[in-house]
Amino acid sequence: MKNFEPVIVAFCCNYCAYTAADMAGSMKLSYPSNVKIVRVPCAGRVDVKHILTAFENGADGVYVAGCLDGDCHFKNGNIKASRRVEYVKGLLKEIGIKEQRLKMVKMSAGMGVRFARTATDITDEIRKLGPNFKTSQKTPAP
Amino acid sequence: MGYIRPYNRILLIGCNECVTVCAAGGRKEVGILSSALQIASMKDGKPLEVKENTLERQCDPEYVEELVGQVNDVDAIVSMACGCGVQEVAKRFPSMRVFPALNTNFMGASESQGVWAERCQGCGDCLIGLTGGICPIARCAKRIMNGPCGGSTNGKCEISPDIDCAWHLIWNRLKSLGIEDQYETIIESKNWKTARDGGPRKIIRKDLAE
Repeated sequence: MKNFEPVIVAFCCNYCAYTAADMAGSMKLSYPSNVKIVRVPCAGRVDVKHILTAFENGADGVYVAGCLDGDCHFKNGNIKASRRVEYVKGLLKEIGIKEQRLKMVKMSAGMGVRFARTATDITDEIRKLGPNFKTSQKTPAP
Repeated sequence: MGYIRPYNRILLIGCNECVTVCAAGGRKEVGILSSALQIASMKDGKPLEVKENTLERQCDPEYVEELVGQVNDVDAIVSMACGCGVQEVAKRFPSMRVFPALNTNFMGASESQGVWAERCQGCGDCLIGLTGGICPIARCAKRIMNGPCGGSTNGKCEISPDIDCAWHLIWNRLKSLGIEDQYETIIESKNWKTARDGGPRKIIRKDLAE
């Protein structure tokens, strides 16, 4: 597994992380291409099933990126997302998947640097964990 | 997971009734469990085919009948209904292994979103009319008829500070209704034969039964 490149799906809130990704772009910051961004209207929109579907389709890691505490555009979608992520971690544990493969992160729209660093850190961590499945599966659609 | 390990093709069935509103075994939970099983099987490098179906009700044979034709190409059935549904499905398909996906706990009410609490034990001899609409059988740890006991402190039960003392609730309710005198009526010991103690129960409505 020397050349293992993980597939990571990032559910990014339109009001913070997705904009932060744009910011990273305009700041010419690079982040690993392993991270596939899915833009969502709010982190609270991310359902248990969405996260599981990402893993089911071969993701090695998934993270949900929402607004900083108290900054949710829809009042508390980020808090709901955090709870849901915790719930899914429990599910993953039950079926023998390391819970480190799923994360909840929070940032604001102006945090381009944070976005790039988060993407890099998570990619490094998942790379160390190795592939999620023994055989290579279909990769998620971009 | 242990139940289905030997099988490669399973039919996962949900139920549109009680387990759906309890977010335990409806169409959505079927989808989630199906994904989780798929992920687990991919992790083990073992193929698993999961067919999903959610019936209107699993406790009525008419709806279970809809599964005929879907069970031929599966090795086992996993039901996400309550115990009643699982057994109806098992009865309809005698040659199939049928496994429960849930642990059915109790008859309860939704206290707030995501919180359920026990309210009825189906004792078959309802006395809520005497206790201000609060059941001492389902909601008192000791099921006492004339309470509270000495374990009631500031309205909470001694078994947990999270559990209200049913008899404290009953007293408050009787007081607010202005019928405190009803509290002095001694409720006699219960004949538990109408509950589970009398063996499995059955109701026959002669006007409906054929």
